[in-house]
Amino acid sequence: MAEQLFYFLIYPGLLFAAVIGAFLSWYDRKITAWVQFRKGPPLFQPFYDFFKLLLVKETILPKHGSKGVFLAAPIFAVFGASIAGVFILLPVMGIETGFKGDIIVIFYLLTIPSLTYIIGALASGNPLAALGGSREMKLILSYELTFILVLAGIIQKAGMTISFSEIISLQTLNGVFAGSLSGIILFIVFIFCIQAKLALVPFDAPEAETEISEGIMIEYSGTPYAMIKLTKYIMFFILPAFLIGLLWGGLNFEGINILWSILKILFVVLLLTLIRNTNPRVKIKQAIRYFIVWMNLLAIIAIVLSYFGL
Amino acid sequence: MVKKTLIPIGPYHPLQEEPELFKLYCEGEIVKDIKWETGYNHRGIEQLSEKKTFDQSFFLVERICGICSTSHPFAFANAIEEAGNIEITNRAKYIRTIIGELERIHSHLLWVGLAGHFLGYNTVFMWAWKYREPVLDLFEMISGNRNSYAMFKVGGVRRDIENNKISEIVKVLDLVKKKTDMLVGAVMDDPVIHARTKGVGILSKQDIFDYAAVGPTARASGVAIDVRKDDPYAAYPLVNWKVITAEKGDVFAKAEVRLLEMYESISIVEQCLEGLKKEKEGDIEVKVKDIPAGWGTGRAEAPRGEVFHYVLTDGSNSPARHKIRAPSYTNIATFKKSCIGQTISDATISLAAVDPCYCCTERMAVAYDSKTGYRILNGNQLIALSAKRTQNIKNQS
Repeated sequence: MAEQLFYFLIYPGLLFAAVIGAFLSWYDRKITAWVQFRKGPPLFQPFYDFFKLLLVKETILPKHGSKGVFLAAPIFAVFGASIAGVFILLPVMGIETGFKGDIIVIFYLLTIPSLTYIIGALASGNPLAALGGSREMKLILSYELTFILVLAGIIQKAGMTISFSEIISLQTLNGVFAGSLSGIILFIVFIFCIQAKLALVPFDAPEAETEISEGIMIEYSGTPYAMIKLTKYIMFFILPAFLIGLLWGGLNFEGINILWSILKILFVVLLLTLIRNTNPRVKIKQAIRYFIVWMNLLAIIAIVLSYFGL
Repeated sequence: MVKKTLIPIGPYHPLQEEPELFKLYCEGEIVKDIKWETGYNHRGIEQLSEKKTFDQSFFLVERICGICSTSHPFAFANAIEEAGNIEITNRAKYIRTIIGELERIHSHLLWVGLAGHFLGYNTVFMWAWKYREPVLDLFEMISGNRNSYAMFKVGGVRRDIENNKISEIVKVLDLVKKKTDMLVGAVMDDPVIHARTKGVGILSKQDIFDYAAVGPTARASGVAIDVRKDDPYAAYPLVNWKVITAEKGDVFAKAEVRLLEMYESISIVEQCLEGLKKEKEGDIEVKVKDIPAGWGTGRAEAPRGEVFHYVLTDGSNSPARHKIRAPSYTNIATFKKSCIGQTISDATISLAAVDPCYCCTERMAVAYDSKTGYRILNGNQLIALSAKRTQNIKNQS
């Protein structure tokens, strides 16, 4: 029991994932700043942001709306993200093997933050939040199918095993999946799914600052918003880690390998950052078409290619 | 029957840097109807101007708008010079034109950046604003100010552009031209930008005539309306340039017109600098003793369209009546046409595409009593009030 609690709360769950995620968010902001000829924030800025929201800023509750649900939603988001983090990071970092079928569980757990954002937004009673919530809903409906097709492709490549740790150990034996043609296609599609899951440009329609003033987040302030920030930090680390585990052989923290692992993570986050800095926001309709038609098509092509062993 | 939701843009909204309120009545994401309220920014500029001397009024009208801060003095100078029948020297004309065109370059760069920001493309935002900096530095070199240049006066300009500065200005213009090439490439060839802006917020030629839209908004719909050509002033008849138009009338066409206009502006400035070399240095103003009673109208092409000033003079040293119309006055109204039937994402960028400037536009505010809901002053009452004031002025003189 104590061990499980330690996994969940400290390492590799809540605390560890959040701290690494916060540093990755600093890295993302710094790269963005360099791309845009700015100086960028200091190293600990994500922590300052978080603790200011948590401890200093007042929490303003919406006058009309269901306050209980509004406040509960961010807490569920944090828990969903941390549990997903535990299930992803234990096998990826080689701490424990996990259980058979954990990929399916992870898939469900990863949708929890998005769902809680929608619930919280709708509970706030703000029309802009409702609009953001409906956009987020449409976005989930479009990218989740793609996401599950990507997972199907990976399971196909791994010889129909649905255990995350087995997929990783297969890659250490036979070479990484991203080395093959179908693996590269799956990698690309996966990156775009992460982009949509994290609601980064070009798929930030639910939050679209200049259209609906942060949409789903508009009513959040103070401590509940700090919880959402925490969720975002965790997701910013565990999603790239999930990708690396499934397609790029996982992370290894022994000896010189630690450097290689860090470079892998930084590379994936760099890709996300560059995509978000070289594209305008697409309309929700275009985002849906992009996933339903093009990304699904690519994922299916990858599945067919992997069937033929390419 | 679908219930309509009210989606507000404003009074404070990240889309626009100024207070305004657009109420979008939407069914789902589709805008069905709009209403708008402006008047948060009324500053009584016209009234203030009547209490100042002509020289002081220049500084006042310069502050109507922070971005197109030369077009208002430009139109005001044209109006007074028409009233007083003053002909300024060629050197002053060239300098006025240079300032006006440099302002157009920086204003269009500013718009390109903001349009990128509205689309969530913050890299374009930062890059465009970075390349706007050299232009502002030029202004600092010429006038001592980055914005609100205080260059204009009745009968000429306040500061000369010395001939030894010309080579430096040309150097900066070359740099700006190169950077503009890059921006044009980045914006015009990006497929995602095409997907977001093509076919969005279309204004037909007829809409332009119906709403009397001006400036790049009109030119993007194929209406070649430009005060610089239609009613030439300053040095515009002396240089060679053409009016940029586009046919489609959508947001992309408006961006295209603005981007290509920057090249024309750079070429106008270069020709004016050549012209400056031929004129005698220091010959920048004619002495004006007083302005006779009468009236004058002045027009100038601001980056956003036609600025119109009407000045009634009574022989004293200040305007007896000063009427201002900014381009956004007509351009904002086109939003009603361009947004209905669009999604909210498209509506916001269609609004931003006319580059609205609210504080320039607002001349009068109507107040409502919060308890009864009645207007505190209605139109007739205001007319009666205005007639009374005019009578007072007549009685005094």
